[in-house]
Amino acid sequence: MKWVLALIAALLCAGAAPAFAVDASPPLEDPVLQQRYLGLTHELRCVKCQNEAIADSPVEIAADLRREVREAIVAGQSDEQIRELLVGRYGEFILFRPRWSARNALLWLAPGLMLLGGAFVGWRIVRRRGALLANDPSTVDSEGESS
Amino acid sequence: MKALNRFVLPLGGFALLVLLLAIGLRQAPDKGIIVSPLIGKPAPALRLPLLNEPAVMLDAAETFRGRWYLLNVWGTWCPECRYEHKALTEISQRYQIPVLGMDWKDDDAAAREWLQQLGNPYEQVVTDHEGRTAIAWGVYGAPETYLINPAGIIVHKKVGGLTLDIWQREFLPLMTRSGS
Amino acid sequence: MIPEIGHYALILALLLAVAQSAFGLLGPLSQRSRYLDAVPFAVAGQFVFTALAMGCLVTSFVQFDFSVRYVAENANSALPIFYRVAALWGAHEGSLLLWIFVLSLWTVAVTLRSRSLPPQFVARVLGVLGLLSVGFLLFTLATSNPFLRLDPAPPDGRDLNPVLQDFALAIHPPMLYTGYVGLSVAFAFACAAMIEGRLDQAWARWTRPWTTLAWAFLTAGIALGSWWAYYELGWGGFWFWDPVENASFMPWLVATALIHSLAVTDKRGLFKSWTLLLAISGFSLSLLGTFLVRSGVLVSVHSFAADPARGIFILAFLVIIIGGALTLYAWRAPLLRSDAGFELTSRESFLLFNNILLVIAAAVIFGGTLAPMVSDALHLGTLSVGPQYFNPTFLLPTLPLLALVSVGMHSGWKRGNLGRVRRPILGTLVLAVALALALCAGAYDFSVMLLPVGLALGLWIALAALVDPVDRLRRGLSLPAGIVGMSLAHIGLGVLTIGITVVQSVTVERDTALAQGAQTTLGSYSFRFDGTAPAEGANFSATEATVTVNQNGREVAVLKPQKRNYWVQQSAMTEAAISSSWNRDLFVAMGEDLGQGKWSLRLQVRPLIQFVWFGAIIMMVGGVVSGLDRRYKLPKTAPVAAAETATADAQGQAA
Repeated sequence: MKWVLALIAALLCAGAAPAFAVDASPPLEDPVLQQRYLGLTHELRCVKCQNEAIADSPVEIAADLRREVREAIVAGQSDEQIRELLVGRYGEFILFRPRWSARNALLWLAPGLMLLGGAFVGWRIVRRRGALLANDPSTVDSEGESS
Repeated sequence: MKALNRFVLPLGGFALLVLLLAIGLRQAPDKGIIVSPLIGKPAPALRLPLLNEPAVMLDAAETFRGRWYLLNVWGTWCPECRYEHKALTEISQRYQIPVLGMDWKDDDAAAREWLQQLGNPYEQVVTDHEGRTAIAWGVYGAPETYLINPAGIIVHKKVGGLTLDIWQREFLPLMTRSGS
Repeated sequence: MIPEIGHYALILALLLAVAQSAFGLLGPLSQRSRYLDAVPFAVAGQFVFTALAMGCLVTSFVQFDFSVRYVAENANSALPIFYRVAALWGAHEGSLLLWIFVLSLWTVAVTLRSRSLPPQFVARVLGVLGLLSVGFLLFTLATSNPFLRLDPAPPDGRDLNPVLQDFALAIHPPMLYTGYVGLSVAFAFACAAMIEGRLDQAWARWTRPWTTLAWAFLTAGIALGSWWAYYELGWGGFWFWDPVENASFMPWLVATALIHSLAVTDKRGLFKSWTLLLAISGFSLSLLGTFLVRSGVLVSVHSFAADPARGIFILAFLVIIIGGALTLYAWRAPLLRSDAGFELTSRESFLLFNNILLVIAAAVIFGGTLAPMVSDALHLGTLSVGPQYFNPTFLLPTLPLLALVSVGMHSGWKRGNLGRVRRPILGTLVLAVALALALCAGAYDFSVMLLPVGLALGLWIALAALVDPVDRLRRGLSLPAGIVGMSLAHIGLGVLTIGITVVQSVTVERDTALAQGAQTTLGSYSFRFDGTAPAEGANFSATEATVTVNQNGREVAVLKPQKRNYWVQQSAMTEAAISSSWNRDLFVAMGEDLGQGKWSLRLQVRPLIQFVWFGAIIMMVGGVVSGLDRRYKLPKTAPVAAAETATADAQGQAA
């Protein structure tokens, strides 16, 4: 049963084809605000569709959300306030950039930690192999042949 | 021994991954359905014109103060809404629960005709042409149904068509638990 | 009739695959050679019936046989024949059949080209490949049969998704699958080695060409998908870090690491357990990608219709295949120790860090792609991970990696001897930095810090890759395919880096509404909207706009984007118009009709974007050239010699 609903829900979304849309509203007069608008609309996920930003999605709710963002910017709200507003209604699902929080900390720290870990592992291996080399007078030329 | 542990790590890691994938698989049918962060929070303001008398505004908080009620978001453009209509009618009659209909992004004339054809399960019907109120409630796809308690707190939300079965399993227990 | 033939052909293919696995894996255990002799016949038979099944499905499409459900869902009487054939792999069932067919092709290739390898080893390799075939054929027959019929047959079909009705569709999946599935060969070689309990330099030499060729196809497949998304979807971007994109990129990163690791194992007998693990992981990621795309576990624009029931099957298959391989690894890898040494500046050392960084990059993407699912599974709430996460985190391991490439490719084995190449390396570095700064000052700007850095790195890599071949030519030495291939691949990497850096930093884009005759300026170009006119295609009707682009007063392009309406599926699609040139693309896509002759338009100026595809093509060519190097061709008398080498290696290794 559930899959029927899912299928219908999917069909409700613009013929289920990943069409992209163009933001028809005129750009904001202040280029700084316009830049913020572009940044936010690319950062916010279209809650209806499969993995698109509201800047790109053709679905009506994406247009409505773009309008919300625009009006909030013009009203003087900060980026963080706007994000908070939408997260309060739609959950963190709506943010393409995961927020910094206890749950997401690992996600953001992992790459750096892996880099450190990798450097450490690499260094250890190189040290060991370098030590092994001390007892080995032979050399290897570029073709891999020992001499 | 130490070397043995090291080489078993990939297998261990893979086992963990499989576990997570299996769990993810079980939840897969619900993918894309957002759990509303508004559950447990006071219902957002809702002040919209009536479908039948656009000059008159209805304030949900005032109209339904002290009562349990359902907010059903629908539209004539939504096939799933047509599908759930019968169930909605039955639920509202059998369980005597008022339903506030929010006609979302729709044409008034088409909506009136729709209700005339299929029947009107709603105590009141309001229209949200611009979609601002819908966004305030975290609506993203019709049909959606919210259950609000007498204190004005959103207690539950169903995304997708409501059926008698879902009503009995998900909504009813929440009402009887706190004494309806 | 024909679909039934196809169906039975699949069943027969399955039986033959079972035979192939049984004879391949159990045959070597017996003393009698006739079990081993039977394996190539099983391979050939499986190929014949798989090809037959493919042929039947293609015929059903070409003949408009809408009684076949798959045809009815993906084709239509108005669909041109080219797309009718390509629709074969347009959805889940057919793409699985393609997978099986490609696997069968690779298996045949391995059979034909391994005649001088030890027969028992080859049998085991084919046995493992047979197991993979069995799994996919079972999956297809049990859950995803493309030959199911509809009764009564509908009068017409639903049509292929308009987005897929494109030339690149014909090439992208086959190319991608050839790469994806090709990694199974390295996987099979690894499993065979683990089963035999012997992994030596000869093994690495046998595995290298297969891996390199698979990598080349994977490169092309990913690049094609990206190119297609760019010009087909009307969005103007070429990479979104969508889960399905990531599912193909992770195997590519691991395969790159594998190629380099195999080189070390081949030359010096080192990194054996690394190489094993990479060989297992590469194909495992391919399988995992298959799972992610078809099971409904992740939300993506690309995913096939999600079906958790299928997901369970694939997951079980994953457990058996990958779990089995990793168990073998845990069992055999501890025995693969070697005591050879190398210096910090040696090639082994550079390739070690190369591997580490590539694996970290793949791990970063892995984590980001699966994080939403994990968060859901552990009831930690919903989460989305998009380009704003992947772009910065992917750079973290990648920038150091790119910096190391230019030096690493010149270092000597074992002792580095960088002093010898100090001048060319520094020379190319200085030249690259100078060029980068000049470009930023002259053609672009310094607003994005990444721009001069990325430009310098890309230029340095490309220049450094030329040093060796140029030097050899100057000294009158031969230029073996291996060297040419390697240089080309690295040059391609440099070009790709330059392209991506520039496009990401200096693209100008604007969504705007224009009335007829109005114009807007992007950078040094002015775009003028000249109105619309109706247009028609084979199975669609469209509104076509005309946009004229001028630069410095001179007309440089007239673009005609379309907003198409496909009759059958009733879906609207925007077809972007692109004017390509070596140094920039001009991109226009139509949005909405705003009334009174006004339209919303997406306009972009994308400098050097062609370098992205160009770099990928060069990389692919480099891979093919390298993979076909004659040094991998073993002489026909080799079976005895190979066995001797293997024994000698084993003896030397046990010490």
